[in-house]
Amino acid sequence: MSRASTAAHSVGEATPAGKALAAALVIGYALITMVPLVWIVLTGFKSPPDSIAYPPKVVFEPTLEGYVNLFTTRSRQTEAYIESLGPPQTWYEELVRKRNMVITGPSRFAGRYMNSIIIGFGSTFLAVFLGTLAAYAFSRFKVPLKDDLLFFILSTRMMPPIAVAIPIYLMYRTLGLSDTALGMILLYTAVNVSLAVWLLKGFVDEIPREYEEAAVIDGYTRLQAFWKVVLPQMRAGIAATAIFCLIFAWNEYAFALLLTSGTAQTAPPFIPIIIGEGGLDWPAVAAGTTLFLLPIVVFTVVLRNQLLRGITFGAVRK
Amino acid sequence: MPSDTVTTLADKTARATPLALARRVRALSDQAIAWLFITPTIVLLLAINIFPLLWTIYLSFTSYRANQPGRPIRWIGTRNYERLLGSEDIWGYMQVTASFVVWTMVIQVLIGLGLALLINRNFKGAGFWTTVILIPMMLSPAVVGTFWTYLYHPQIGIFSYIVNVFAAVGPLDMIGSVDLAMWSIIIVDTWMWTPYIMLLCLAGLRSIPPYLYEAAEIDRAGPLQQFWHITLPRVMPFLMLAVLFRGIENFKMFDMVVELTSGGPGSTTELASINLKREAFEKWRTGYSSAFAVILFVTVFGLANIYVKALNRVKQT
Repeated sequence: MSRASTAAHSVGEATPAGKALAAALVIGYALITMVPLVWIVLTGFKSPPDSIAYPPKVVFEPTLEGYVNLFTTRSRQTEAYIESLGPPQTWYEELVRKRNMVITGPSRFAGRYMNSIIIGFGSTFLAVFLGTLAAYAFSRFKVPLKDDLLFFILSTRMMPPIAVAIPIYLMYRTLGLSDTALGMILLYTAVNVSLAVWLLKGFVDEIPREYEEAAVIDGYTRLQAFWKVVLPQMRAGIAATAIFCLIFAWNEYAFALLLTSGTAQTAPPFIPIIIGEGGLDWPAVAAGTTLFLLPIVVFTVVLRNQLLRGITFGAVRK
Repeated sequence: MPSDTVTTLADKTARATPLALARRVRALSDQAIAWLFITPTIVLLLAINIFPLLWTIYLSFTSYRANQPGRPIRWIGTRNYERLLGSEDIWGYMQVTASFVVWTMVIQVLIGLGLALLINRNFKGAGFWTTVILIPMMLSPAVVGTFWTYLYHPQIGIFSYIVNVFAAVGPLDMIGSVDLAMWSIIIVDTWMWTPYIMLLCLAGLRSIPPYLYEAAEIDRAGPLQQFWHITLPRVMPFLMLAVLFRGIENFKMFDMVVELTSGGPGSTTELASINLKREAFEKWRTGYSSAFAVILFVTVFGLANIYVKALNRVKQT
């Protein structure tokens, strides 16, 4: 919180006892909030029997079985068959064989995760690129119907994703974009670009025009002034915007569920179907969840100042 | 505008020199740059947002089914709309959606505002704990829905276990019970999104100039009066914005709930978006569901506009 410590306007500065009470309540809330997440991370290191034990086990022997199950496909075999295979070559084979299973190949999780990365970063880059250009133009030039265009850009976010998904499904089927990374990148870019324009326009508005005007007088063209003077000043704003776009694309589920099934499927629609035979493989689901949520948690902690600025700023401007 | 005169001047001199053409290519006019910069965004939005919306409106007047692409599209006028508006089921789903939106907003405003007031007391470590509180709202709603099904499990789930530590009610089937299913999704939404309301309230609190409180102290206004006459009116616009954004999002809610309860049991948590997906992508009644989509969109848009008018009135006072 960048301005947290300097700008406190609590009523006549709270008493020490009042502060302690406030701290206790907030910390209590934060700890309760963390229970579900901690529980999921722990479940990822449980064995399947431990994960369905009653009462829920807080103390257990950690194992990587969930992670092994997440990344492999396995088949159940007779003990005689497994013995005929000879001793296991690797630690993960040993783990799997304890449950009378053999590894038959890698699972699709790694591929789905990779898709999330490609589609997330691809669409973030495009949305921020287009958003920067449009934001600069809206901020600096006389654009006819400017307010209408800006409102139009914003209103595209009010549509329920499922409502847009029907025609996009038909359109992508016709164009051959169904289940392609390109199709998903374009779609997420379109969803994100409205937010990007609004956020970035605020940041450009804050940069004094005089800088560019001085550069133009010095013989720069408009484009050069944009590139060499404005863009470097927008860095913080671009970073904040990029985080939001990335988080949206990373977390998106409805479009991914309806428009991808195989090659371009991202992780969110895949994680729920990991559950496996008998619906008992909670450690594998928890492991997948942990790996999927981890980058976002790290992002949140490391980039919290940019995030906070983006959240409050974006909302207050609109 | 001074910048414009400078460039037009540069343009004129450029045109007067033999190198005019080369200069013109490099020094695009402001208007050209503006269009060059805006057009790609507009084109993308037209192609992926507006064109599909128009198509939805067109399809809503037909009996088209997307799983039978070969069949000719038949125009049936407003029959889809008549059927939708006359259907009791649809009103049921709308009521479920409305109660989800209202309950989540009421609870989250109370907790969020309370937390913001507490954090604004600036105890040591407030920044760190604020960040911790924020984490749930950054997570993928669908994945959150998935792992809460595990936490909510009546036998092995930790939620039921913790509740039983405080009150021996036996296995608590949050998702499977008709009475509790709605609360199961309200709790998860509150867990995820209270931080958002809290953050905007915090931004509001920090925008209040301290001299207002100093003046109030001089006037001997008590803490309650200060809260009522200074804090609340100043935070109100921020709070209402937060409710607007979250309200719209929760009206469209799909991902978290579909993974958690998928609308059940019965249709106790069948939100409008979930039913829309069922009609459009399971029953493949594309025309009918397009009409449903249009109704939803108009509702969101209409409610949001009314709300923004109210918000502007609060801002002015």
